[in-house]
Amino acid sequence: MVETAPSDSALPGDVVIVARLRARDETMFAELIDAWSPGMLRAARAYVADEHSAHDVVQETWLGVLRGVDRFEARSSLRTWVYRILINKARTRGVRDARTVPVGDLGTTGDDHGPTVDPARFRGAGDPYPGHWHSSPPAWPSPEDGAVAAETRRELAAALAGLPARQRVVVTLRDVTGHSGDEVCELLSISAANQRVLLHRGRAALRAALERRWAEEARS
Amino acid sequence: MNCDEFVELVTAYLDGALEPAVEQRFAEHLTECDGCDRYLEQIRTTVAALGQLPEQGLAADARDRLLAAFRDWPAG
Ligand SMILES: [Zn+2]
Repeated sequence: MVETAPSDSALPGDVVIVARLRARDETMFAELIDAWSPGMLRAARAYVADEHSAHDVVQETWLGVLRGVDRFEARSSLRTWVYRILINKARTRGVRDARTVPVGDLGTTGDDHGPTVDPARFRGAGDPYPGHWHSSPPAWPSPEDGAVAAETRRELAAALAGLPARQRVVVTLRDVTGHSGDEVCELLSISAANQRVLLHRGRAALRAALERRWAEEARS
Repeated sequence: MNCDEFVELVTAYLDGALEPAVEQRFAEHLTECDGCDRYLEQIRTTVAALGQLPEQGLAADARDRLLAAFRDWPAG
């Protein structure tokens, strides 16, 4: 499982980063901005209405980091602390943009119950194998194919944007920016069970979107 | 374990959060069901592709403004 984003591996540990930022080491700040901004833009985008707002939120977040780094107490990882600033700003901006955003308690709703795979895909009670697939999910083209990988990413970005807000935020933080389940619970103040339900439903919906995409492709 | 039960457990399985007895039934089902094997693989592919989404960074002018702000920031 991905614990941190791949771009983190080039960075030194938190203690070193924080010391260098406090010493106003501009190279360190530039490295950090370059490593984390792409993921932060994706996370901000889960809350706000457009790319422009997401860029604003990320810039404001880095200014917030600048304002707060001398007081950073390392109660969480530096990255989690930065994302907490990001999420607060993104949430505020999302409200201003009148975007449907998860605010406060992320309780599960009607979107979060019921089967994640169409029950018609499984055999019924009268069948010798009730609850088993009528037929296996169709195979997908190989993700090693560059064109397939690019199309997969395009489709996923669109499907992610269409998820219910709470699922969109949790999937983005877990799978796009690579936070752990514990970190997401901490960032969003939700229970482990709730986090898992939202992640599960979001992932299942995205897999289904890809399945539809490749089925269309096969027909055309 | 039935397939319709299996598909609702994949996230907990990938997080290592299943009860040992359930995890064992899950693993057993996986070895004997091609449909669920493929389903789990497709969830894994989906998660891996999501991890490859971030690509766009800040615009050069925004980055320059932040570095300028950093440069001018009073020492703590
Ligand atoms: Zn099965």
